[in-house]
Amino acid sequence: MNLLEIINLTTHFQTPDGIVQAVDKIDLSIREKETFGLIGETGCGKTVIGLTIMRLLPPTATVGGEILYNGKNLLEVSETGMRKIRGEEIAIILQNPTTSLNPVLKVGEQIAEAIRLHQGLNKHDAKKKAIEMLDSVRISSPSRRANEYPHKFSGGMKQRVMIAMGLACDPSFIIADEPTKGLDVTIKAQIVELMKEMTEHKAMLLITHDLGVAAEMCDRIALMYAGELVEYAPLDEIFEKPLHPYTIGFLNSLPKKGLVPIPGMSPSLINFPDGCRFHSRCDYATGECKQKHPDMVEMGNGHFVRCFHARS
Amino acid sequence: MAQHNNQFMDVIERFKESRSVTIGATIIVLFCLLAIFAPQLSPNNPTKACLDDRLISPFTEFRYPLGTDHLGRCFLSRLLYGTRISLMVGITVVSISATVGIILGVVSGYYGGLPDALIMRLVDATLAFPSIFLAVAIAGILGQGLVSVMIALVVVDWTKYARVVRGSVLSLKEKEFIESARSLGATDLHIMARHILPNIVAPIIVVATLGMAYVILSAAALSFLGFGPQPPTPEWGVMLNAGRVYMRTEPHLTILPGLAIMAMVLAFNLLGDGLRDILDPKRSVIE
Repeated sequence: MNLLEIINLTTHFQTPDGIVQAVDKIDLSIREKETFGLIGETGCGKTVIGLTIMRLLPPTATVGGEILYNGKNLLEVSETGMRKIRGEEIAIILQNPTTSLNPVLKVGEQIAEAIRLHQGLNKHDAKKKAIEMLDSVRISSPSRRANEYPHKFSGGMKQRVMIAMGLACDPSFIIADEPTKGLDVTIKAQIVELMKEMTEHKAMLLITHDLGVAAEMCDRIALMYAGELVEYAPLDEIFEKPLHPYTIGFLNSLPKKGLVPIPGMSPSLINFPDGCRFHSRCDYATGECKQKHPDMVEMGNGHFVRCFHARS
Repeated sequence: MAQHNNQFMDVIERFKESRSVTIGATIIVLFCLLAIFAPQLSPNNPTKACLDDRLISPFTEFRYPLGTDHLGRCFLSRLLYGTRISLMVGITVVSISATVGIILGVVSGYYGGLPDALIMRLVDATLAFPSIFLAVAIAGILGQGLVSVMIALVVVDWTKYARVVRGSVLSLKEKEFIESARSLGATDLHIMARHILPNIVAPIIVVATLGMAYVILSAAALSFLGFGPQPPTPEWGVMLNAGRVYMRTEPHLTILPGLAIMAMVLAFNLLGDGLRDILDPKRSVIE
């Protein structure tokens, strides 16, 4: 069963330079207990999808389409209703743990607050729960650490705190936005392990540009390019039978495959090129690719791709 | 708890390092003690006139250590009670105007748009007048008395807080921890009270301390001009005005209240400047 279903979602931003089409007609669905990876390079609109689901966009944004969560369209929920959903049913773990904690509030208080916003606990019980949460994300001597300010925590520790905060009210769906950004390799592995364990029974949308992390955690993966999805498939399919030239290029740019870069730059989100958005960087591009915009087609096994030449 | 005390001691250490904070704070504490214990320290009733003992010079008679004024009232007692009035006016005006300014500043910075435009135009309009002029006009309309002086000063003074707070909120509300709080389902009110306010305490403390100096000086000035409390209230500005006539023969009647005002204003300015250096985010207290 699908917990979250995104249908024809578009998010546009009004800017002085024109309309930025950060998310353009995206369809995707996330099943219960599934971890879905959304992968793409910087600036392709991945984060905007997360913020759109949470309805945390600035007022310059216009959103179209539907986001069905348990059959309820989140885009039509009132602001008050949305506040109840945030944190309690859907939680987002933001990128940059260093700046996502309030520097003048004790760590324990910040977690306790997240709990008190949704559960009618008194201060004392919320604090106790906060300490339990710190313990569950493997922070040693949690009752002492709860009384410290964020500046005493390292980057990895802060990320643990962010995870504890996000999971404090036991949400059923989690959006993790680059949870391993800026962490060094050993810490990254620990955080991935922790997240896997903590979210085992929860659905998660993992937004990342790190294929290694995605391979470790996800059941299905979607690749995003210039505001649209170009390929999505179960994890093994993506790694064993990548079909879209962008996916192939992305895989080839991994260090163990020799760090081969994709030539060129991704297009501006204000003026898309005619035809396929990837054609100017694509080795396989033909005349057709320059004129017609390809549709998403199913290739079997739940493998979808947006390319005219996928079959060849 | 031990952790807590350590942090507190750290801050105290920092304060001790700054000479201007130490001097300013010492003088202020001294003034506060004088104000609290004025009844015990005063040798005489500050408002009781004794026409036989008029215009005694300081250090000449044991009964009146700092002499008497033109109505034979003990000058030392009057100065001591004057400390109470100045501090009381300063604290009241600063706390009311800071409260008003903080609330309006936070609303203005956080919501932006129409509320921001309305509040900031009101601030601009208030600041368009020279502040002491505006205070004179308001005090003039409201009539004489300590209360009207305080109201006049609040009307002028809240704008400072509103401006400083709005500026800080504008940069704060873009911070990720605000978005993080919102993503956990926090209401606007909760975000303003729990996440924004604690982050703007430092600039508010600085503005409030410097504001105390301004308010005390302005209150004395308004009283000197006759808008403030009326005799026999022992207010320093009023005493200064009354002593003006005898400046040539009995200079202590103007010099002493003048010195008292200067010392208090200087102390608050020293403290405020020192705090500004310490609380500067670039050399933050929290490391």
